Amino acid sequence: MSAEMSTNGAPKVGVYVCHCGINIAHTVDVNACTAFAASLPYVTVAREYKFMCSDPGQEIIQQDLRDGKINRVVVASCSPLMHEGTFRKATAVGGGNAFMFQMANIREHVSWVTLDKEMATDKAKALIAAAVSRVVHHAPLVRNRVPVHPDVMIVGGGIAGIHAALTMADAGKKVYLVEREPTIGGHMAKFDKTFPTLDCSACILTPKMSAVRSHPNITLWTYSEVAEVSGFVGNFKVKVRRKPRYVKEDQCVGCLDCIDACIYKTAKVPDEFNVGLSKRKPIYVPFPQATPLVAVIDPETCIEFKTHRCKKSCAEVCQKDAIDFTQTEQIAEVEVGSIILATGFKTFDATRIARYGYGKYANVYTSLEVERMVNAAGPTAGEVKLADGSKPKSVAIVHCVGSRDAHTNRYCSRVCCMYSLKLAHLLKERTEAEVYNFYIDMRTPGKGYEEFYDRLLQENVHFVRGRVAEISDWAMEKQEEGKLTIRVEDTLVGVVRRIPVDMVVLSVGLEPQADADDVRRKFNISCSHEGWFLERHPKLAPVSTFTDGVFLAGACQGPKDIPDSVAQAGAAAAEALALIDRGYVELEPNTAYSREELCSSCHTCVALCPYGAITFDTTKHAAVVNGALCKGCGTCVASCPSGALQQNLFTDEQIFEEIKGVLKYV
Amino acid sequence: MKYLYYPGCSMKSTGKPYEESMLAVFSALNQGLEELVDWNCCGATAYMSISELKAFALSARNFALAEQQAVNGETNLIVPCAACYLGLNKAQKNLEEHKDIRAIIDKGLASAGLSYTGRFKVRHPLDVLVNDIGLETIQKRSIRPLAGLKVACYYGCQLVRPYAEFDDAHEPMVMDRLVTALGGTPVPWPLKTRCCGGSLTGTIPEVGLRLSYILLREAQQRGCDVIATACPLCQFNLECYQPKVSKMYKERIDIPILFFSQLMGLAFGLDRRPLGLHRLFVPFDRTFPVAAAEGGAHVG
Repeated sequence: MSAEMSTNGAPKVGVYVCHCGINIAHTVDVNACTAFAASLPYVTVAREYKFMCSDPGQEIIQQDLRDGKINRVVVASCSPLMHEGTFRKATAVGGGNAFMFQMANIREHVSWVTLDKEMATDKAKALIAAAVSRVVHHAPLVRNRVPVHPDVMIVGGGIAGIHAALTMADAGKKVYLVEREPTIGGHMAKFDKTFPTLDCSACILTPKMSAVRSHPNITLWTYSEVAEVSGFVGNFKVKVRRKPRYVKEDQCVGCLDCIDACIYKTAKVPDEFNVGLSKRKPIYVPFPQATPLVAVIDPETCIEFKTHRCKKSCAEVCQKDAIDFTQTEQIAEVEVGSIILATGFKTFDATRIARYGYGKYANVYTSLEVERMVNAAGPTAGEVKLADGSKPKSVAIVHCVGSRDAHTNRYCSRVCCMYSLKLAHLLKERTEAEVYNFYIDMRTPGKGYEEFYDRLLQENVHFVRGRVAEISDWAMEKQEEGKLTIRVEDTLVGVVRRIPVDMVVLSVGLEPQADADDVRRKFNISCSHEGWFLERHPKLAPVSTFTDGVFLAGACQGPKDIPDSVAQAGAAAAEALALIDRGYVELEPNTAYSREELCSSCHTCVALCPYGAITFDTTKHAAVVNGALCKGCGTCVASCPSGALQQNLFTDEQIFEEIKGVLKYV
Repeated sequence: MKYLYYPGCSMKSTGKPYEESMLAVFSALNQGLEELVDWNCCGATAYMSISELKAFALSARNFALAEQQAVNGETNLIVPCAACYLGLNKAQKNLEEHKDIRAIIDKGLASAGLSYTGRFKVRHPLDVLVNDIGLETIQKRSIRPLAGLKVACYYGCQLVRPYAEFDDAHEPMVMDRLVTALGGTPVPWPLKTRCCGGSLTGTIPEVGLRLSYILLREAQQRGCDVIATACPLCQFNLECYQPKVSKMYKERIDIPILFFSQLMGLAFGLDRRPLGLHRLFVPFDRTFPVAAAEGGAHVG
């Protein structure tokens, strides 16, 4: 402490008021604030400067410290979220302790929220007075370092999770890849082609899937979900619930004999992978390239689980004795230093827009259903068929279903224009039907995207600008009989059109996963109001979260196409690698501590601590706080009836002095 | 629960069979309705399109009268006419949301010694029948189920829009569920809430009648025996212009248009005259046999 700032003798406070260009100076009288600061007790230096965060601005503080003019620093500028770190560091570089510093937010809390200069200046003065009054009672604090565990957990095995896993594993890190479904691959595995290049989705995805399977650094846990997360950056403990698949993963060789042998001679259960367009058996693999290629038994439909009277021909036929009806759920517990969430999205439920007739008319499909239909490995072997088995002669593709709509989702789902173009191309190729796109605006920014749109225009696909009002099966004219009629205002021509078609594709938007809120709680991160996982900063920290060590990749953060998901996955992997390679994390010292002699042994705090950081020491008869686990939330401090618990940077004295400061100088 | 009943002008004129059948049906369900004393126009159409404030004042007087009359704590005002239902609801929403409107109306009511608190809720009989009385009770009371009767349930434009108080705005289902409970078969059709032509049948007939024609033709094409309505103007438009529409579009249009309450009365086994069936222009002569008691033996 003696090598740092002297706390002996009278406090000497330096106050630095920032103009922030005109961001603050335009509304707050910076001169008056500085003069006011100079009049406050303990203030020995009060200065103003155009940009305190600039190098020369920081240098002013450092010089005053070096000159011994001050031993405490107050900067009145922006939000601590922006520059608290900058000024703490400047204070330390000048020879002080980083925590002998306090920030007064006169930008976000003052100049940006009013046009009234007089009131703004008054409030700025009050906040400066509060900061000065508080900083006098600051004590030097030390940041502790803890090592970072080098392993990483990636949650979600779609293209984003796969790419992040391979990147980390190739860098020599040990990766746990956790996927809820029986196979990795995610949505991308369901697509036939990808836009705008029209390369085969499976052909570019499956090599990466098998690379995951065979990579020595990747532990792949499919059919598994994260049950519980504890710990903190660098030192997470994660419990993973491994659901029983009733087939031993290490024994099964993927010969699929068991599926042929199943006493169900025909498949009867709606196939999840084909979004219900085909049927599967109770024992199944989702698709031929499933990874791992291990069968799974669905106990909800398997006769053995329902009646215990099946002759179990699947087990009989298995040469590896891999079928195990006695399997139970297992909990695996691992320690990792960082976590990447890549949990993806779900598609909009089209039944929510009743006037589009999904679920009512057999020939109204969602885009995901059509993706499966045009896929050669899909339920119709790539043939586009109507409910009666015939080929459609006309198809309508309706854009923005569940996107850009005040009644459902206001946001643009970003991928629908492009996948609608792709489907238009594929439908035309497979059926030679007349294809109509009904759009609000065509949104095709991206490499090669606008060119692809242009190509579709050349391919004689029709484009009608207007949001579809209704899809119905009532006929006004002869040619509408037996068809689905699209009613739409063509806003380019200014007429209402009725266009009869055989088949309708609803281009459904992207939505957060149904359980996104549970997942965010588990990982202690935030969601935007739509439910997408919230990044730390929309521009400058797009893959970080407000929880250190937890990163985001892919569409769980917001609608994204494949290139963007992959790019973000790479960025998330790089952030995690940077954390691992630094090797340690510094813990904020704003933790709680116990004044053991005051503890009345009521145990209130022990139960309340959300991080399990407080234990009761029976020999001392007092609650004790583990500083490494404490996150500084303050819950225990507020609840302690005897005032035994205090928190660094938030002691009673500091808080009361801050309040007094505000009240005294308003 | 007791209800106050606001008829509005139609129920006493063109919609007479609606009132007759509705009162008969409620009475058959042992549910008394007390008519609002000294009620006045709801303020729909003519007022609403020229001066909303005057329309709100008319509605507010009805609410104020209801509050005065409600000595037994009634808070539900049954409003069968779709236009009144919408008009009263709209007035109430505006009085809730706009203090300035409320202030003017309050002053006006006070000069007549009346006051408005907003405690009355506007209820459509379909809502009350299905959600308060319940389909189970209705089904039990249906001694002559409408077996084999194919019904196009037509809600019209005002019942669920824009407020959708008791059903989906795009795909309303209460009448369909009611018809099912009565033993009939609701036919799926996508025109449930499409405009019947409204007052355009009188002012710009080539537009208004075309809208009626679309509904009539589609119901007929789908093999419906009857269109059930919940609005006096819809019933009037769809029924009375059928000869004219047939001539205009050179297509025979001939389909009975009944109020849902008339179908209920038939299923309940009530006589035809109290249900106003004799007033129909397109007659509906079908009768329905008494259902065999459960477990009972057939005679003959």
